[in-house]
Amino acid sequence: MKLLTLNFLTCARKTCKSLPAAFPLHPKDAELEVVETDFNAPFLRNILGRLEWDALKTLCMELGLPNLPPSAPEPEALLEPGAEMAELELERELEPTQTARDLHNLLLETGIKEGKLVCGNCGHEYAVKEGIANFLLPSHLV
Amino acid sequence: MLPTPSTSHVSFDRVYEPAEDSFLLLDTISSASETAWLHQRFFENENLETTPAPLILEVGTGSGIVLAFVTANAQAILGRREVLTLGADINYFACQATKKTVDTTIAEIPPMSNTNLSTGKFLDVVNCDLTSPIRPNSVDVLIFNPPYVPTEELPDLDNHLKYNVPQDTLSFDQESHLLALSYAGGSLGMEVTERLLSQLPSVLSSERGIAYILLCAQNKPEEVKARIQTWGMGWRAEIAGSSGKKGGWEKLCILRIWRGG
Ligand SMILES: [Zn+2]
Repeated sequence: MKLLTLNFLTCARKTCKSLPAAFPLHPKDAELEVVETDFNAPFLRNILGRLEWDALKTLCMELGLPNLPPSAPEPEALLEPGAEMAELELERELEPTQTARDLHNLLLETGIKEGKLVCGNCGHEYAVKEGIANFLLPSHLV
Repeated sequence: MLPTPSTSHVSFDRVYEPAEDSFLLLDTISSASETAWLHQRFFENENLETTPAPLILEVGTGSGIVLAFVTANAQAILGRREVLTLGADINYFACQATKKTVDTTIAEIPPMSNTNLSTGKFLDVVNCDLTSPIRPNSVDVLIFNPPYVPTEELPDLDNHLKYNVPQDTLSFDQESHLLALSYAGGSLGMEVTERLLSQLPSVLSSERGIAYILLCAQNKPEEVKARIQTWGMGWRAEIAGSSGKKGGWEKLCILRIWRGG
């Protein structure tokens, strides 16, 4: 499951669901996988506003991934004017910055293949198998 | 719109096979009148450069045919680029099937086939009960083809954890249980739908949230619609599409539920 998906998930127990401590879920014994996808700058720009940046920072730290900057990048920080093309002097292509490439790799290409997701409030562990997280609970925990 | 996604790889002895209800959902959500409504909802007074990408959640994806179609046609349906899609199903085998259906559908779109309309970004499918692990206030469009057939009882959820285990060969009881989850709706065929309805006010985005829910005649759709309109807080419901007219009665219909104008 993609790391971006974790931005939309919390503990499935009713008593946890809306509590701040239940988000983000904490990965445990996670085996990561990287699946390449096409870079899409407009897409990144449009998901910036949906990201819980602090949760994402926590996630990176817990997965042993490179630290994220303290706050989310501004949309303008995703693209920069690239090299001027020699033949067509007026044409300048916008190129993704390193920040944009890192974010693309983190959110859309990096995923948890196997492992567990742990609720920070109740401690319940949800298994992830073949990239599918299982949030089903025995009836006494619902 | 792109064609109907292929689900030929799915084992229909453990996952719901697309039927008239699935096709009514596809037809309704991609109809001219509905896309016009959605385009206005997601376009109006919004600066496309800055509004966050909408999240579409399908609950009970089954084979994945609806989620794959909506992902492939995201821009044609919502009228904007950069749409996220997510699936949820209580049946692990349905989760696996959905993932494959969506990934294959997206991979097989020939370049330039869709007049440059962009596809949505498919996130994942999670194995869960309705919207239980979805963060409150996060879903912009929720789609639900529920188990709507009136039945004496609901499948025993205490057996579910035991039956919902990844494996190649399933027992008859296991397959019957998994299929019953896809159609058995209990009293009036509404027991599961009622639970989903009660989750809508918290799971849908307070600004943009919309839900499409399929109902059959025995579910008494007009009564469901009238009841939603008594929720207050600007909640509204309309019948957005229907099929199977028999003697003046619509067999199936799609209810659109939303807040505001
Ligand atoms: Zn919890």
